This record gives sequence, structure tokens and C-alpha cells, in this order.
Amino acid sequence: MAEVEVIRVFERNVPRRSFIKGVIAAGASVSSAGYLFRSPGLLAATSLQGSTERLVTLRVNGQQRRVDVLPQETLAMTLRYKLGLTGTKLGCDRAECGACTVLIDNVTHYGCSMFTHQVRGREVTTIEGLEDADTGALHPVQQAVLEEGGFQCAFCAPGFIMSMVGMLETNPNPTREEAAHALSGNLCRCGDYQKILNSAMRAAERARMA
Amino acid sequence: MGTIRDMIAPFDFFQPATVDDALALLSEHGDDAWVLAGGLDSFDWFKDRIKRPKVVVDLGVIESLSAISESGDGLEIGAMASLTSIVNHARIRADYPLLTTAAEHVATPQIRNQGTLGGNVSQDTRCWYYRSGWPCYRAGGNTCYAAAPQAMNREHCILGASRCVAVSPSDTAPALFALDATMVVRHGRRERVIDAEDFFIGPSTDITRMTILEAGDLLTSIRIPAQWAGARVYYEKVRDRGSWDFALESVAAAFRMDGDMVADARVVVNGVAPYPVRLEAVERSIIGSRASEDLAIGAGEVAIQGVRSLRHNDYKVPMMRNLVKRAVRSVVA
Repeated sequence: MAEVEVIRVFERNVPRRSFIKGVIAAGASVSSAGYLFRSPGLLAATSLQGSTERLVTLRVNGQQRRVDVLPQETLAMTLRYKLGLTGTKLGCDRAECGACTVLIDNVTHYGCSMFTHQVRGREVTTIEGLEDADTGALHPVQQAVLEEGGFQCAFCAPGFIMSMVGMLETNPNPTREEAAHALSGNLCRCGDYQKILNSAMRAAERARMA
Repeated sequence: MGTIRDMIAPFDFFQPATVDDALALLSEHGDDAWVLAGGLDSFDWFKDRIKRPKVVVDLGVIESLSAISESGDGLEIGAMASLTSIVNHARIRADYPLLTTAAEHVATPQIRNQGTLGGNVSQDTRCWYYRSGWPCYRAGGNTCYAAAPQAMNREHCILGASRCVAVSPSDTAPALFALDATMVVRHGRRERVIDAEDFFIGPSTDITRMTILEAGDLLTSIRIPAQWAGARVYYEKVRDRGSWDFALESVAAAFRMDGDMVADARVVVNGVAPYPVRLEAVERSIIGSRASEDLAIGAGEVAIQGVRSLRHNDYKVPMMRNLVKRAVRSVVA
């Protein structure tokens, strides 16, 4: 795929400006067909007439991933439909439910509410990246959720787990109240909040022991 | 209404590396350009395809805009400083806990990690008729759906209405008012320093925007002067849910005490008008007086002079009275 690098940079007669390359692109000319999520095999196909493909390299779960990203594409879309990382869920797509929570440089963000181009050069961690890459051992937070049976339908689980991991980065020893505050950006429609908090408390305990 | 949702319409996406580059882009594209800070306000507009800018200028990679630094004897907070970085900032917490508390009350951890102080004060109103794409005054139309006889206007304003009855949604703005903050706005090479109070405008000034920012303007930083450092402060946000929500109403207040006498005060409410409201009459009624329960009750009564409720928001009147009362009561010995 590396040989189909077709980043086009328009100079626009403003030589002294320092924009980030690859993002100065004629997004407005991308046809609506660009919304079709093409299979990986088609990604290397000739670009649409008049459009500008942007192949960027993202750091996702410790890997360098080359991907074709539209200017207006959200990170959640790229992760799910371009990189196949469907563990990141889209619930509301409105920064309300937290199902799309991912870590950017170890800080929680809603994947639905940032553009993929904004995470170039930053480390993205999704639910798929939590387990130990070598041994496949679950992350202490995942293990804690498993032990507590923290979720019912578990659609919200990846987002909650990422929020728990993010919480433990800054507060490894939370009270139950602090955990509730740290997880307040995630919704569970099954209403399993008490069990989710049990999981969070056990996760903190496990992370301290690890 | 009846729009395609969730798929954002295409635009040119720029990520300038310096403020000057951003300003050059903004003046080049004028009304076609959209300034993207944290994006939590922008994404809704884009996904609903109600706002369709041709050009989006992302400020995210301009490092100088997220700095928090000493400025004279006060602080200068970059417009792109995240709300989380403000909450965690030791000097802000020590000297201006009012701002810390206000920033802590914004939305969720994820939103505070990404949302910025500049974005929080520049965000558009949440009036759902307007946000849903109804062609109201604010959207360039010729009616206000929220003030119509059958309108659902529980969250709308009781002060400052002028055709439009939407309210300012910012949690940090009342705190910035109370701390006498100033806004640094650049346009090309010109830099203006504007009082926080003058930064927000009501519909009688311009019904289509919430702040003085026009095409080509960029809010670069917010300055907090030293005069309210270490003051007694009070912040309270009332919302429908315990977890997170926009404010129904909020109050931010700062007091200088001389013994049990109120030497100076700032009392600001939000959620009652299209802009945060500094209650100077309340301040006058308490400055120079001994802080007491009677003074607090009187302040609450002064606060609600001249308010006018809509069909479903008359609860906001006693709420405003009681928030002001509680704020003043907080300094009663």
C-alpha cells in the first residue's frame, strides 16, 4: 500500500505558512461516494475522480497503521470501518454515551468527536490494545470486569473499560465516589452502575497489585 | 429538520502550526471558515449538517495556545488549554478556586480532556429549536419557536430576551466574569483585550452570535488579573441530572471581606439570559454591609428585579433568587 501515496499539497501561494502536510487537501471535492466504507482490498484502488486520498500513518495499539482518511472522518469511523477495530462502539455518535471512549496519549477521549487527522503522531489505544501483546493476558481492568460480571449486555463495556484505564492513570487509588465521577462520561442503559463501580474498585485493586 | 445525520459534509481541513498561520487562514476564508477548538460544540453542528463550513481550521496543534502562564501578577490561560488542565493547575486551584470549580462542573471527563476554555466561552447556545435546524431568528429566519405559545421553553431565558430567548450555556463564563477576566482577541495583526463582560453579546446587539467574535477573529487567551486571587468564592450549578448536564442556572461569586463586612463583591449568574449576567445591583446592595442572613435574603430579592418568565420557566425566578441568596450567605460568619 505504501506505493500509492497520493497526498497532494496545494501551495495556494502562501509559501511561508507552515501547515501540516497531507491535510491541506481538497476535501470539498471528495464525492459523497467517499462515505462508502471500502474494504481494505479496495483501499489501494485508484482514487475517486477529483478527490484527494490522504494516506496517513496512525499509531494504534502500538502498531503503525497506514490508512486513507477523509478530512471530515471521525476517529471512531476510522477505527471501526477502516482499521477493523470494532471494539470501539458507536452509541450516540454525539459525545454523550461514551461507548466510543479511547485513549489518546493515555487520556480518555470520545472517538466519535475528534477528527482522525487530529491524532496523527499521538498514541491511540483501543480496547483491543489493552491485553498483553506477547502473552495475551488480559489487562487488570478487563480481568476485574470479568471477575465482577460487571455488565449485562456489555455494549457500553469497551468504553467503560477504557475510562477505567484512563482513571487509573491519574488516580490509582480512587474512592467509590471518585470512580463514579471518573466514569460519569459513560452511560449504561442496562443500569448496571453499581456492578460497574464494583468492577472499577476491583480493577484499582488489581492494578495496584500488578 | 429532516437532514441526513452523522455523516459530516466535506470541507477543507487545515491544521496551522502557529497563531499567525491560523489568522492568515481565517482572513483568507472569512465567513467560510470555522474555528475548531475542542470540537464538542462543532461536531453536533457538522453531523446534523446544519452548519456546513467550507473550511475548518483546527487549532489543536498550536502549542502556544494551550499554555497557562504567569502574566504580570495574574495568569494568562491559552484559549486552547483543556478544561482538565485548568482543573489540575495548582496555581489556579490555589488562587482562583472559583475557576477550578466551574471547570470541574463542565460535562464529563472525556469532554473536559478535550474541551477548552476558549471553546467553553465561545460555544453556541443549546436552544433545541435552533440546534435542530429550525429557521429561527438566530439561524437567520424571522420567528422564535421557543417563545411561541405552545413552545417548550423550560430552559430558556428570563432576562435579556430580544426576539431570541436562548441562554448562554457556558459554565466557566460566570466564573470569569466574577474574576474580572479579560479576553485577548486577535484579528490579523491587531490585538484587542476585551472585558469578559463585553465579550458576550445579547440578541439585541446581534441575534446570530453569542460573542463579539466575527469572521477572522481568534480568541487567543484569557487573562485573570490578580485582584480576586485568594478571594472568598461561591459557585453552584443547578442541573436536571446529578451526573452531567448543561446548567439550568449557575451562580459564581467572589467576595473581599473586611472582618464580617463585605468590602467588595462580584455576583454573576448564568442560564437566565442570552449572556452571563453580572448583578451589579446585588453587588451594590451588599458592599459595605455586614454579611448576614437578612443581607442574603435582600440580595436574592434584588437579583430578580425585572425578570420575566416564559410559559414553562417560571421556576427559574425563585431558583435565581435562591442561588444569589446562597452565594451571599456563604460569607455569613
